[in-house]
Amino acid sequence: MSADYDQSRGVAHDLIRRDTINSETPEHAITELAGRPLLPNTGIPLDLDYVTNVRVNTSAVERRAQTHVARRTVKKDWQAAWLLRAITCMDLTTLSGDDTDDRVRRLCAKGRQPIRQDLVEKLGIAELDIKVAAICVYHTFIETALHALEGTRIHVAAVSTGFPAGLSPLAERVAEIRRSVEAGAHEIDVVITRAHVFGGRWQALYDEIAAFKQACGSAHMKVILGTGDLLTLRNVARASRVAMMAGADFIKTSTGKESTNATLPVGFVMTRAIREYAQLTGMAVGFKPAGGIRTAKQSLDWLSMMKEELGLSWVRGELFRFGASGLLGDIERQLEHHVTGRYSAEHRHPMA
Amino acid sequence: MSIAEKFATMEYGPAPEDPKEATAWLDRHVRRFGHFINGAWQKPSADGYFDSVDPSNGEKLASVAQGSTADVDAAVKAARAASPKWQALTPHIRARYLYAIARQVQKHSRLFAVLETMDNGKPIRESRDIDIPLVTRHFYHHAGWAQLLEQEFPEYVACGVVGQIIPWNFPLLMLAWKIAPALATGNTVVLKPAEFTPLTALLFAEICQEVALPAGVVNIVTGDGTTGEALVKHPDLDKIAFTGSTEVGRAIRAATAPSHKRLSLELGGKSPFIVFEDADLDGTVEGLVDGIWFNQGQVCCAGSRLLVQESVADVLIAKVRDRMSSLRIGPPLDKAIDIGPIIAGVQLDRIRRLVDQGVA
Repeated sequence: MSADYDQSRGVAHDLIRRDTINSETPEHAITELAGRPLLPNTGIPLDLDYVTNVRVNTSAVERRAQTHVARRTVKKDWQAAWLLRAITCMDLTTLSGDDTDDRVRRLCAKGRQPIRQDLVEKLGIAELDIKVAAICVYHTFIETALHALEGTRIHVAAVSTGFPAGLSPLAERVAEIRRSVEAGAHEIDVVITRAHVFGGRWQALYDEIAAFKQACGSAHMKVILGTGDLLTLRNVARASRVAMMAGADFIKTSTGKESTNATLPVGFVMTRAIREYAQLTGMAVGFKPAGGIRTAKQSLDWLSMMKEELGLSWVRGELFRFGASGLLGDIERQLEHHVTGRYSAEHRHPMA
Repeated sequence: MSIAEKFATMEYGPAPEDPKEATAWLDRHVRRFGHFINGAWQKPSADGYFDSVDPSNGEKLASVAQGSTADVDAAVKAARAASPKWQALTPHIRARYLYAIARQVQKHSRLFAVLETMDNGKPIRESRDIDIPLVTRHFYHHAGWAQLLEQEFPEYVACGVVGQIIPWNFPLLMLAWKIAPALATGNTVVLKPAEFTPLTALLFAEICQEVALPAGVVNIVTGDGTTGEALVKHPDLDKIAFTGSTEVGRAIRAATAPSHKRLSLELGGKSPFIVFEDADLDGTVEGLVDGIWFNQGQVCCAGSRLLVQESVADVLIAKVRDRMSSLRIGPPLDKAIDIGPIIAGVQLDRIRRLVDQGVA
């Protein structure tokens, strides 16, 4: 890292120290980037220069996203293996007004056994014990989900903080997080106040997310940026940086309730922000695209994007999640096709 | 390797395009091609053939005729003979032929793409998504211009017979750039494809037959530099059009200077890629990747010099290095390959020499 770079990105001074600490303690590393071990994110003080210096060339990002899809494909056994990987990176989600305990139970059952037993046998993957990474529900269903997932390593994630708008009073949002953590949620998905981004109130955004982080305690915090609402890729990059500095364990694209949700250009901007943050701080932040990812083919595009932008060690449930409800059905369908050579109707792969 | 192992390694695995149709076409021609003169295949007069090879594995794809002065002469004579009638056609009729060619190329685009990749080594993704679609569009485009010719260029007349010499980096696309406008404006042509990549031009000759283009309007003579020289020096040409190296371009300029021949040259360059400190560096890296590694960097306007503002030089170079590690090099018929083989051993040696020079 050159001296010039340090000055232009003011955080760096503080970071170089951290840098040396990190490289001395690789045993706590959760992943690596180009051979350098990375620690979990504990956040750093807000550096406004680091936020405002961001440059994003929208057409360059769009072009990258467009050609990426045409440049990469996986076939046959490799495709099956990648789809299995996608399942293990999945936050199987139900966030509807008509959710019930029974629906959550059915969803958990699906998460425990995402692929039909006969397919598992024919694929020869029983040893892999494929399960989804987490079940993502509203606070109300945490207990139900915990019961239904007993004895598995599947996490329960709760959307707190006035999801999806995130506009209830801050104290209430923080209290909501505390309640969810007390109820036993392993992961909390929080929503930022998009107005802070539009107004350029980075300190307010940072403080808000830092307060969420404190309330989360040891629970993993995924920060939903609402990228569809943020309108520009530069806003996405800035919000990503603030969220990471404030201590996000994951940054997540969207609620799934916006008109545009996870898109590849947004994915490239966020993963690049994660990479840069890791290079500067020696700390790793996970990434969760959510909403709009419905087909197996799309999931492959996202996996290959992660592999190319951040490396293979990032393509696992600890650091990458799909927030999806319908995706698993299509993946199972593709796996059935892989095994039998025939496609089954979608209704033969019910979710919950 | 089991699915479980693949699950762990997350490798891309192979995704090959099927070469069956292209090999069947080569086999139909018994893997031996003559020149395409006056609407028919003709054996080379001097009885010489050379090999066209697949640069990704060095395997011979077909024997191709080595054009002699006599072959070039026969082709020019055919083009000259066809010229008056072709010129006398109304532009609308010529447009009809160009539309027909465009449609046929489009119809056989997969075959063209695979054959181009086998002969040239460019990734199938590029020949499939860039080269061949552009070829089609060029023929459609110039068919449109042919229809507007009298209205838009009322005073203009055709040159007559044009000798065209094209390079190996975009074989069929360069052919389209040369042939489509020439035919639209009423010229007849003798085209010499590059010796490394003659095959798609020969397949194109077959398209000309299929659309019943009048004999002699398009003639294709294959061969090496000596064939090109014979074409340049032929006294009965009205124009030479050349795309290729600056060195050869200079020689052609000198050779045609004392004659009546008109000349158009499209030569090489060393294009700079300039980066300022306020750029989105990740976006820059992608531009750079497209600029220098598209078609293995074998592009006349490839961004082959990188000029970076000092304040961001280290960061940018680190980013470029990171990005390079995710570029995939491999057999060009694989759909998920970024970089295929260099066109030929001699060219690879030359690149190695230049790199060694740069390192030293």
